[in-house]
Amino acid sequence: MARRIVLIGGSLGATRVLQAVLGSLPADFPAPVAIVLHRGAETGPELCTQLARDAKMPVEQAFDKQPIEPGRVYVAPPGYHLLVDGGHFALSVDEPVQYARPSIDALFDSGAASRGADVIAVALTSASSEGAKGAAAVVARGGALAVQDPASAEARRLPEAVLAAAPSCAVLAPERIAPWLARLAAGEEGPPG
Amino acid sequence: MSPEPPPAHVPEGSDVPAGRDAIEAIEIELLLEGVFRRYGYDFRGYAAASMRRRVLAVAAAEKLTTVSALAGRLLHDPDAFERFLIGVTVHTTEMFRDPGFFHALRAKVLPHLRTYAFARIWIAGCSSGEELYSLAILCEEEGLAERCRIYATDLSEAVLARARGGIYPLSVMRAYTKNYQKAGGAREFSEYYHAHEGAARFAERLREHVVFAPHNLATDGSFNEFQLVLCRNVMIYFKRALQERALKLLDDSLLRLGVLALGRSESLRFTPLEPRYEALDERERIYRRAS
Repeated sequence: MARRIVLIGGSLGATRVLQAVLGSLPADFPAPVAIVLHRGAETGPELCTQLARDAKMPVEQAFDKQPIEPGRVYVAPPGYHLLVDGGHFALSVDEPVQYARPSIDALFDSGAASRGADVIAVALTSASSEGAKGAAAVVARGGALAVQDPASAEARRLPEAVLAAAPSCAVLAPERIAPWLARLAAGEEGPPG
Repeated sequence: MSPEPPPAHVPEGSDVPAGRDAIEAIEIELLLEGVFRRYGYDFRGYAAASMRRRVLAVAAAEKLTTVSALAGRLLHDPDAFERFLIGVTVHTTEMFRDPGFFHALRAKVLPHLRTYAFARIWIAGCSSGEELYSLAILCEEEGLAERCRIYATDLSEAVLARARGGIYPLSVMRAYTKNYQKAGGAREFSEYYHAHEGAARFAERLREHVVFAPHNLATDGSFNEFQLVLCRNVMIYFKRALQERALKLLDDSLLRLGVLALGRSESLRFTPLEPRYEALDERERIYRRAS
């Protein structure tokens, strides 16, 4: 099991930012990357295809009990929460969180509970504040947290809610997210605070 | 990681999180152990991540701040335990959730069931019954109602009572109607329920060929042989070992050429059943037992 794990959340509007971030991470990125984008239950596999466009790492839709491996990108399936359960993923069809399933809170909170200070979380653009509670849980458990600079975000609601819930987090312009992830995932720098 | 036990009173500081999570994990294990020994319901094989979220939600609903306090209440208060049971097991879903699945069931599976004089169907983990009524409607429309029996099971009477009731908020009927149409339904969906004071009660005739019974995939055995078993989004709540137990139980409960339907993100891949099952519809996770 890789020590560090990267968790990223946003709305479908974050797809473009994520394409660029994933395009800038190397094939031998030393941590796994798990992604929740708010999406409708009937959205199809095209999201993975879009995210994989410039990515050097393999991108796939996560399935239940899948082992979490470094150097791979996992995307939450539509209609399911994606939870980190130690070295595996677990899925759930529990109630949506603020209308969202998959929910960013569920991903971040489960990651924080099971991987604590090894979590590196990023909140991207979203018009819903869903995800802010999970972001706060990441910080409370010693993990690292960054938000997309609200000034650069299509929708500022989530970045601003995260900043309000966890004021110590890093605020990054889109092009600075990948270098920040690379540095933390390599273990060169501890979480802030 | 420190081998030392976390302090009982954790001060605010950088090493708090690991200690607090370690304590919470212990509390949940103790709670599940207590529930098993006090009431016989075994949740110890459930996936930790999803069980944690549900236990914390029940604790919050009970206005308790620690899992230990919830454990104490559950041990001493059977009414609180009933609420816990519903809180950790009921998965409110939608009727005709994943319309594509029900479409595939109608096109690829029900015609096969018609070749039998009588068909037995098992919905393992029927929860509040949305899927059950969806299936009962399909059976009626495909001319199977008189020639099939649906066994709807879940682990407690309290949960089964919800399914048996077949009462859902009227406000969700529009969404269900859309799902029904996407699933190939051609009738007026409102034919199937009676609206009364903001609630929709599904028609008695849909329950006529249904047997409701308590059954626990974690502890009970096979009780019949079926042509079709639906167990969708139930085993995702189990750990690997319990999943394998449940899969074996479902396998033991299927006739040759029997059909097994799982949830969209579940798969027989990497399970012991894989070599003996063929996909009738891989996308919709509908499998047929080949031998």
